[in-house]
Amino acid sequence: MTRIFVPIFAWLVLFFLVAPLLVIFPLSFSSGEILTLPVPGYSLQWYEDFFLTERWLDATKNSFIVGIATMVIATLLGTTAAYGINLTDFRGKTTVLALLSLPMVVPLIVTAASMYLAFSVVGLANSLWGLIVAHTIVATPYVLITVLASLQTFDPNLMRGALSLGARPVTAFREIVLPLIMPGVAAGAIFAFATSFDELVIAIFITSPGEFTLPRQMFAGLREFLSPTITAAAVIMILLSFILLFISEAVRRRGERLTAGKVNQ
Amino acid sequence: MSKKSRISWLLIAPLLALVVAGFILPIGYTMVKAVKNPEVSAALPRTVMVLDAWDGQGMPPNAAFDALVEDIEEGRRGREFGAMTRRLNFELNGARSVLMQTRRALGKLEQPYAETLPEAVPELATPEIWQLIKTNSNPFTASFLLRAVDLQIAPDGRIEAVAPDTAIFIDLFKRTFWISIWVTLICIVLAYPTAYYIATLSNRAASYAMLLVLVPFWTSILVRTTAWFILLQREGPINAGLQGLQIVDEPIQLIFTRFAVYVAMVHVLLPFQILPLYSVMKRQGTMMIRAAASLGAPPWRQFLLVYLPLTMPGVAAGAIIVFMLSVGFYVTPALVGGLQDQMISYYIAFFTNQSINFGMVAALSLLLLVFTGALILIARRFVPGLGTMKAG
Repeated sequence: MTRIFVPIFAWLVLFFLVAPLLVIFPLSFSSGEILTLPVPGYSLQWYEDFFLTERWLDATKNSFIVGIATMVIATLLGTTAAYGINLTDFRGKTTVLALLSLPMVVPLIVTAASMYLAFSVVGLANSLWGLIVAHTIVATPYVLITVLASLQTFDPNLMRGALSLGARPVTAFREIVLPLIMPGVAAGAIFAFATSFDELVIAIFITSPGEFTLPRQMFAGLREFLSPTITAAAVIMILLSFILLFISEAVRRRGERLTAGKVNQ
Repeated sequence: MSKKSRISWLLIAPLLALVVAGFILPIGYTMVKAVKNPEVSAALPRTVMVLDAWDGQGMPPNAAFDALVEDIEEGRRGREFGAMTRRLNFELNGARSVLMQTRRALGKLEQPYAETLPEAVPELATPEIWQLIKTNSNPFTASFLLRAVDLQIAPDGRIEAVAPDTAIFIDLFKRTFWISIWVTLICIVLAYPTAYYIATLSNRAASYAMLLVLVPFWTSILVRTTAWFILLQREGPINAGLQGLQIVDEPIQLIFTRFAVYVAMVHVLLPFQILPLYSVMKRQGTMMIRAAASLGAPPWRQFLLVYLPLTMPGVAAGAIIVFMLSVGFYVTPALVGGLQDQMISYYIAFFTNQSINFGMVAALSLLLLVFTGALILIARRFVPGLGTMKAG
């Protein structure tokens, strides 16, 4: 009984997980105005609409600006902080770590509303800068965690060796530590970009129509009028997630090879 | 402090500064807003002073009328007047129009105001508005927090239940927890056999099956909700399919229902339950089951007494994450649910963007935060290493 029932059940659940995403693809190529299946015919009109409409293009551009800025700042700050935390046992280490990962456990809606209220006071609300600051804060914990994990496999003697041979600390970090923890840093960076690119709740609070990001523009589109252009936007976002997933898997495998190589030595 | 720990702090400092300035301070600022009450004393300083000496019984002294006229006269174009009327109207429906009426009457009034003002604005001839001003003259208030649990401070200072038609928050909390509990249970029921099945597959097959879990996991919540938004439309593919198969004659209402909220939320959160379960099951293998079987346990006993307890940490880890994320969910219910399916987050957004009542934003945020905090503390005891997963 269970031998037949469990696999059928499992495949139904897996189907449930992917089917909604697959449905969007044919709909985005539909030549009809109404979102229903089977589609009356195929056309590229919704992609054309996406790439020719200023609102969608601006939103995509803003998403990339905010995503890349978040990735750069979060990776920089997260990696430095992770290295600092890993360097030595100091008093208050667990408190600092808990404090820095707090943005990950506080409900996003609370973070978003609080940032909106406080950022309005200092003039950061309704600006891309405010969104970059907010996304950086939400994304750094992921960088921190992945970099800390890869630092744990790093042998501090290598750093000591470099220093004893006369390398300046910054040079030693760049030449010795960074290449070895690179998979962790890269995974953190990808995660930071993905977090920012997908983030909607904070964007709802601290952007105004001029600086909508892609998810924010989709949300507005869904609530106001259901234009099939949204399906094209969704497909573009799915493809981007795919690309990021594959890059992160490649980075992870490379990281595994690196650590495996170390063990073999 | 040793040189090394100084370097440590130096390296952590930039991130720490950013998190404190951009996250800890804003949250603290918001929490303080939950009990702050500056509007009335800022807009009506003289009135507040006069009423301070009044015992709240009967009518206030004549000086209060003069003070009110002076205060409103001074602040009539100011921002404070508007903020104060909004604030009082939140406590007592209609207070705003009484004060607007007072402001309009000002130019035509003659002294003594204690006589002419109640003639122009009859509501000021009863103690109610005066009591309201007096109770709200304190720069700190519990009224937002009380309102968040459907209580209010009556004009005479007692704490009482709000009118049944405005008592929405207890229901809101119940509904939020109810939806979250069901979503969590459904996720467990769907995830357990699925994770088990994937864990029994060969490595190669398992990694393909896991791809079907990871791709939705990596796809943004908005895109997945959008998919359901389209699927559940009146003219959408599901209704078309049901009609095509002649199961229904007319399109049925799927979107903006509780059903839609459950389906979409389970879809979004299911990977968070499958992933920890899978990793626990993968480690556990089937050795223990075989051992139990070799000792003569029938299948149901093997499962209940051996496999289930061994995989319980995976169930708990996933369930806690799913429940925590559900409680704070905004996007999915906002898009596919009706007004009766909205959760706490919806009202936080509503009070921020539409009714502009930051005191309520703060009070609801505080309650949600306290609840989530308590949940994490409890969960930490059962699931070490919690909080290392993607949260959305």
